[in-house]
Amino acid sequence: ASTLCVRLSAPPRQLSLRTVNSSRSAFASFLFAPLFFQLYEAGGASPDRELFRCKVHMKSFLGVFRSLPSLEKTVWKCLILLKARASRLVVQLHCKYGVTKTHNLAFHECERLQAVFDTRRCASTLCAPARVLAEAVIHFPPTLAEVTLGAGPGGKISLRNYVEDETEPSKTMVTELWLAEDEFQTVAVAPGSHITFCLKEFRGLLTFAEASNLPVTIHYDVPGRPVVFTLDDAVLEVHLVLATLSDLESGSQPPPANGVSHLPVPSDDFADDLESYMIAMETSAYEEGSGVPPSPTFPLRTPRPAESDPEEEEEEEGAVPGTPPHKKFRSLFFGSVLMPGGPGPAPTQEVLAEDSDGEY
Amino acid sequence: MPLSTQPPGSGEPFLLAASLDNARHLSSLLRAVHFQDHATCFATANGLRVTVEDAKCIQANAFIQAEIFQEFSVQEESVTFRINLSVLLDCLTIFGTSSLPGASTALRMCYRGYGYPLTLFLEEGGVVTVCKINTQEPDELLDFDFCSTNVVNKIILQSEGLREAFAELDMTSEVLQITMSPDKPYFRLSTFGNAGSAHLDYPRDSDLMEAFHCNRTQTNRYKISLLKPSTKALALSCKVSIRTDAQGFLSLQYMIRNEDGQICFVEYYCCPDEDITEAEL
Repeated sequence: ASTLCVRLSAPPRQLSLRTVNSSRSAFASFLFAPLFFQLYEAGGASPDRELFRCKVHMKSFLGVFRSLPSLEKTVWKCLILLKARASRLVVQLHCKYGVTKTHNLAFHECERLQAVFDTRRCASTLCAPARVLAEAVIHFPPTLAEVTLGAGPGGKISLRNYVEDETEPSKTMVTELWLAEDEFQTVAVAPGSHITFCLKEFRGLLTFAEASNLPVTIHYDVPGRPVVFTLDDAVLEVHLVLATLSDLESGSQPPPANGVSHLPVPSDDFADDLESYMIAMETSAYEEGSGVPPSPTFPLRTPRPAESDPEEEEEEEGAVPGTPPHKKFRSLFFGSVLMPGGPGPAPTQEVLAEDSDGEY
Repeated sequence: MPLSTQPPGSGEPFLLAASLDNARHLSSLLRAVHFQDHATCFATANGLRVTVEDAKCIQANAFIQAEIFQEFSVQEESVTFRINLSVLLDCLTIFGTSSLPGASTALRMCYRGYGYPLTLFLEEGGVVTVCKINTQEPDELLDFDFCSTNVVNKIILQSEGLREAFAELDMTSEVLQITMSPDKPYFRLSTFGNAGSAHLDYPRDSDLMEAFHCNRTQTNRYKISLLKPSTKALALSCKVSIRTDAQGFLSLQYMIRNEDGQICFVEYYCCPDEDITEAEL
């Protein structure tokens, strides 16, 4: 992610660091209670207001904490000050030998950044020590993009690398491992359920969880709905919300001759988004030969300005954040906007994903 | 190793002849000043000085005194020539750069005089390589005229405390600002990059501070791209002395201990940056 959103709020009195990636398929938030710090002074103002919110460039912020091993050896105190009037977030490292490193980072205004999710609505929950999960993912190649977590027979939990359907079976390596139920602190999963998500972000969280010795709780529901990873501690709450791959009923099947598979009724949740997508479809190149508008992963997002996140506010609970850049994800909504009799994508357009909402 | 002082078939001794059991004693120091292709070599009975300059703003000198060499003879008062430093370093490290204990390259250096190449004989494990590097007219060198009477502020720091700081300097900043003062912040290195400003403060009573003689508050800015190469010298050194004069010229002197425990010096001189804009604090 390129920016970090820093927010001081009260109540509850807390500091939050949040970020979302550019395709809006991964959201992370770290909430720090005042007790996490040696000193927490959040200035005056009325008690029921958000005190402060800003965003800084992730690279700039990370630059302060370059070289973690040497930081651990030389820094004994880190002071973070918000100088609102000067528009500076000050991070001051007090190092050994009396040396002080002060970084004055420029910050900018930022919109509220909050992914809407409700872990209570997730059908399945797992909780395991970070070490167990870290030791499991180590078996997958570092370049692996997606991994599938599944609930198997006998209460076992499987982890398997995700392989695209188009890949030739003889040319792929499948790695699968099974974890026994007793390796987990909690197993409350829907039988036969599975979920596929991006491994890279998950690894990042595991590194932190292992270092802080915190158990990881995984909440997931049906494929296509986000998976939520949580770390909980008395003074720290971490959430990582990742988009997941939705189920593909059939592989890549050519649609029927009329070019339209069927028109499902879009659910209310996506009504607004659908409208903007249709506008995008109409205004974009519908010339001969062009089939699909050049959409990013999640076409509904394109018309919106990059910095605002109204989709976050508008979404109902459990709504899917944008999905990772992947051709299967992109086609999620093509089927739902094909109007009978109207202009449509070229007949050879494959419907790679049936509507995922009609079923639920 | 039969590397004779006399050139074959000639009665004249070389203008400059030197022998070194371990060529690394020379090559590591030359690397610390290698930020340009060309260097000027200046040899006297006291030893060898290699100078590199850039942009008429920065000068680095590597001093290898005569005592470091097993043999060092100069037939005239001084011998000067310009040489391609990149090529010289490639030749000195022709047997590789790894520093295995026991395995070292022996060096013999000979220079006949104006117009002649610098001849190097390098030997390791019985294998001998002969290199002849062309020499050129020496350049006119800058004279920073930095003598102790001009010095306004001076500190001596243990290099350990500065190494990481220099290696991590925000290179998106055009300048490195150095503040030296009898009052707080005493010694401060500042950069003004894309992320914002960063300040590194060393208090006068820090354990790293070996000497602190600051008489007047001075803040000077130097082009960071010119000073960045000094990081190599800093990495090799155990101590560094930082001095500024009334005009804001900077002198950095690095004390380097080689593998045999002998002391050598590398120094950097830098002009202050003329485009002064208001410092962001």
